[in-house]
Amino acid sequence: MSGIVPAPIARQPWQMLFPLFTLIGFGALVLFSAAAGSWDPYASSHLLRFGVFLVMAIVLSLFPRDFIQFMALPVYVVVLLMLLAVEAIGFVGGGSQRWLNLGFMQLQPSELMKPAVVLILARYYASLPVGMIPTWSALIAPGAMILTPVALVLLQPDLGTSLAIVFGGAMVMFAAGLPLRWFVGAAAAGAVLAPVAFFFGLQPYQQKRVFTFLDPESDPLGDGYHITQSKIAIGSGGFSGKGFNEGSQSHLNYLPEPHTDFIFATMAEEWGFIGGLVVLGAFAMILRWGLAVARASTDRFGKLVALGLTATIFFYVAINLMMVMGLAPVVGIPLPFMSHGGSSMLTNMLCIGGLMMVNRWNQTAPRTGLIR
Amino acid sequence: MRLRRRARPREVVTQSTLDNAFDRRTFVIGTAMGGLGVLLATRMGYIAIAENERYELESESNRVNLSLIPPRRGWILDRNGAPLASNRADFRVDIIPERTPDADATITELTRILDLDENQSADIRKRVNDGPGYQPVEIASGISYDEFAAISVRLPDLPGVVPQRGFSRFYPTGPSVGHLLGYVGPANAEEYEEQDRNPLLITPGYKIGKDALERQFELDLRGIPGARRVEVTASGRIVRDLETREDVQGDPVRLTIDGPLQDYAARRIGLESGSVVVMDCDTGDLLCMASMPSFDPNSFSQGIGRVEYGMLREDERVPLRNKVLKGLYPPGSTVKPMHCMAFLDAGIKPDEAIMCNGGRRIGNRFFNCWSNHGRVDMAKAIYQSCDSYFYHFAQQIGFAKVAEWAHKMGLGEEFPLPVTSQFYGTVPSPEWKQRRHDSAWQPYDTVNSSIGQGYYLTNPLQLAVMSARMATGNKVMPRLRLSSETPQFEHFDFSPDEIGYVRQAMSDVVNGPGTAGRARLPFDDIKMAGKTGTAQVVSLSVSNGRTGPWKYRDHGLFVFFAPFDKPKYAGAVVIEHGGGSGAAYPIARDVMTFLFDPAKGMDALRPLEQQWGGTAQQRLDAKYRAYAMAQGESVPPAPSRDEDIFDQVEAEARVAARQPQRIAEESSPSRVDTRSAEEVSRASASADPTAAEAPAPAPTPTSSFTGSPQE
Repeated sequence: MSGIVPAPIARQPWQMLFPLFTLIGFGALVLFSAAAGSWDPYASSHLLRFGVFLVMAIVLSLFPRDFIQFMALPVYVVVLLMLLAVEAIGFVGGGSQRWLNLGFMQLQPSELMKPAVVLILARYYASLPVGMIPTWSALIAPGAMILTPVALVLLQPDLGTSLAIVFGGAMVMFAAGLPLRWFVGAAAAGAVLAPVAFFFGLQPYQQKRVFTFLDPESDPLGDGYHITQSKIAIGSGGFSGKGFNEGSQSHLNYLPEPHTDFIFATMAEEWGFIGGLVVLGAFAMILRWGLAVARASTDRFGKLVALGLTATIFFYVAINLMMVMGLAPVVGIPLPFMSHGGSSMLTNMLCIGGLMMVNRWNQTAPRTGLIR
Repeated sequence: MRLRRRARPREVVTQSTLDNAFDRRTFVIGTAMGGLGVLLATRMGYIAIAENERYELESESNRVNLSLIPPRRGWILDRNGAPLASNRADFRVDIIPERTPDADATITELTRILDLDENQSADIRKRVNDGPGYQPVEIASGISYDEFAAISVRLPDLPGVVPQRGFSRFYPTGPSVGHLLGYVGPANAEEYEEQDRNPLLITPGYKIGKDALERQFELDLRGIPGARRVEVTASGRIVRDLETREDVQGDPVRLTIDGPLQDYAARRIGLESGSVVVMDCDTGDLLCMASMPSFDPNSFSQGIGRVEYGMLREDERVPLRNKVLKGLYPPGSTVKPMHCMAFLDAGIKPDEAIMCNGGRRIGNRFFNCWSNHGRVDMAKAIYQSCDSYFYHFAQQIGFAKVAEWAHKMGLGEEFPLPVTSQFYGTVPSPEWKQRRHDSAWQPYDTVNSSIGQGYYLTNPLQLAVMSARMATGNKVMPRLRLSSETPQFEHFDFSPDEIGYVRQAMSDVVNGPGTAGRARLPFDDIKMAGKTGTAQVVSLSVSNGRTGPWKYRDHGLFVFFAPFDKPKYAGAVVIEHGGGSGAAYPIARDVMTFLFDPAKGMDALRPLEQQWGGTAQQRLDAKYRAYAMAQGESVPPAPSRDEDIFDQVEAEARVAARQPQRIAEESSPSRVDTRSAEEVSRASASADPTAAEAPAPAPTPTSSFTGSPQE
């Protein structure tokens, strides 16, 4: 632990930090424009939050492996209890009950659950005897660990976060080497159950979103409005965009949520295809680094944690970008590091912190060289 | 994956196979991520580059809103180029709450500048607090230029306050021209459909001509709308102007009407219900078509209130009907000179006389005359209005012959005028009665018709035309739109002696021993000729016609021309239920006096108006106020008028205009428009305010345009 000594700059994971800073800075610029050319209220708080959460991530990266392994279960339990508390005494906003008032801030425990699930699953599989991987015990307990919080989050209701938790958990399970036939079977069962779940499990407004996604032009002023306007914003940006602070879609309020869910559209309108490639490239570099950290890890816990956290970030990015480009229904998932919003920044910086932590473990741990 | 499947039956999992699986699966995950990234980049390229044009267009159509600027309506000018209907710059002040940091203080300041009362400012505050912040809230409209200017200079201290100017139709003489010009109002659904769904018609604030000349000349007056491209937000708030194309004001329409005369005549009718028509005998120009009581077209053009409309509709004197064109009255004795011309044409000599013994036996019945006139020749029959003479000679030549002349003289006729409708009335004849009532003509029909009673029905315009045709012997056609060419009229086959005879007899009605001595003009050198008429409304058994309930009183009529020996002007006055011709001819006298000498005319009107309680406009306002009070409604004070430009069509303006003119040319009795066509059109062009900054046609020398209400 004390090996972290005066960290030379060169030892920092620049291949991740550089694109991260790019995204944050770029995000701040777009937020500046989304606030009609003002640092307030979005851009300044965006940078401030990033600063705070970056410190948090660095602190997190200093934790030793044993301590994290030890803390996985308590953290999971505490977050689960907070989710229960949300159901009991949560604060209702925007039609769903997601927030817990801590006095000094509004906390959304479902956000914390994403890394927590990754952590507890990694802990479980790391301690599970290797021979038991293809047995049912590798499935039952983790399944419960995933589905319990998912059920609670679905009650809020918050479909996007539920899917994110399931995705993160499933990726850890996949990487943990569970038999492939289980995943194939689950996919087949999902294909069969999806229509049933769609008609009986989803709220009418969620069903509507799916229909709208399938045919946004059917109701361009109603439910298709978001997707239509987002595509107009991206499409009218063209190759190099309309120019900084010149986006009419966002500045004239045609684009809904130009500073959160649809920030990519806001960006693409002003910076064009070039800006889009920069963002995609930055995310690719970060995610590639995340995967590299996972592979470079010497132990199973580190591997699984790093992969799960990378998958969580990926899920955000993928769903958000597919949504703004009209490839996925509208679900309220912000774009990591660019969208304005404390909860998503917290989750994503926790993931980054976790990845930095595993990266540090990799650097300090003696290379075995046998398996790798 | 095949590897994995082969391993399955063995179910042997070791640390190394797990790590292998991890690496392979991570690779799969990484590949999937990369694949998705490529997919997203491709998708974005497709939207942003391949479909860029389409989305750019959609983005523009989102951003840019095209709105029409209603064209300013063309002016309606009188024969001298003064506006009978113009557009008044309508100053208003709005406030956009969301641009006003301290709405309360701003409203307090505005209340002080505009001198609003407590109620108004409370209303504004309520609307500011309740409405969506981006929508402008009206503070006041119809404010004066001074107030507008006061707010405009304080704008830096009044964020969110928007002073604006629009245009509303303005009729300077209000009720005097109500029936003549009509009014404007928003197009209704049918009009919108009729005009091919012209989007202009549903532009907020745009008004079309709804009645009379405003409606007839709609397409001339309309103009070409401008357009404004503005950038708007999703919620419809205007962010900025992008491009503006100015509107083109409608063409002015120049009438033959003499504005001051029209105003004078309307006001001179006073408390009576009736109409005055004056026309030019040479050209047929209608100088005045006044019908009172009337409505104030300004009220309509600003959107008439329910209460005011109710008052007009309930009035038994039907202020909503143009009596000049749609009032039908038995012409009474006014047709007698015309009947004389029919007798002359039939070969009756003017000196053929009959004995009036207080009446005359026609067939086997004795018909009363209104008096016993003794020996009556044609002249005496006219100036004494002896009924017996007409009973006799109408019977002698047959009424079909008389009716033929009545039509030739304009009765029962419709004239090609740009008016929305005219009632042409009835000239009875044996053929007509057979057709209409399916019964034979009787001697008593001749008797009744010969003195303008019975089935006879005429409108005042027809009477004026009849008068002009009698005076000149020409088939004068009335016209309303000023034209430089002097029309050539067909001349009736009368000798100058015959015409002179009738003129002299009609002059004697006024200037000799006739029935209208009080109608004499106050000039030595100008004599008016005329003929009185009294039309019974109900039989003598119901009312004596002079007193009693208003609606049972006789109509008073008077037809006239002047100067009697060289007729220039002819006209008719009809006073509904005036109790006899005595109600009509003093009006004709004063109107003609005003025509020849405005100052003298005004001297006659002023004391009368004092007695009646103000000008027609003032009385209408007062009446409305009283009516509204009775209905328990409060009426805001009439907006003040401080634009002197409009004064020149008011009767007083003529007096002021004449003073220096009189010094220049001592006696010029008539005001013939001697200008050439070019001068007239130039004057109208300069009256077209789009062309000039100061729209000052200057036919009346002293008229001063201190401000231009249209720009």
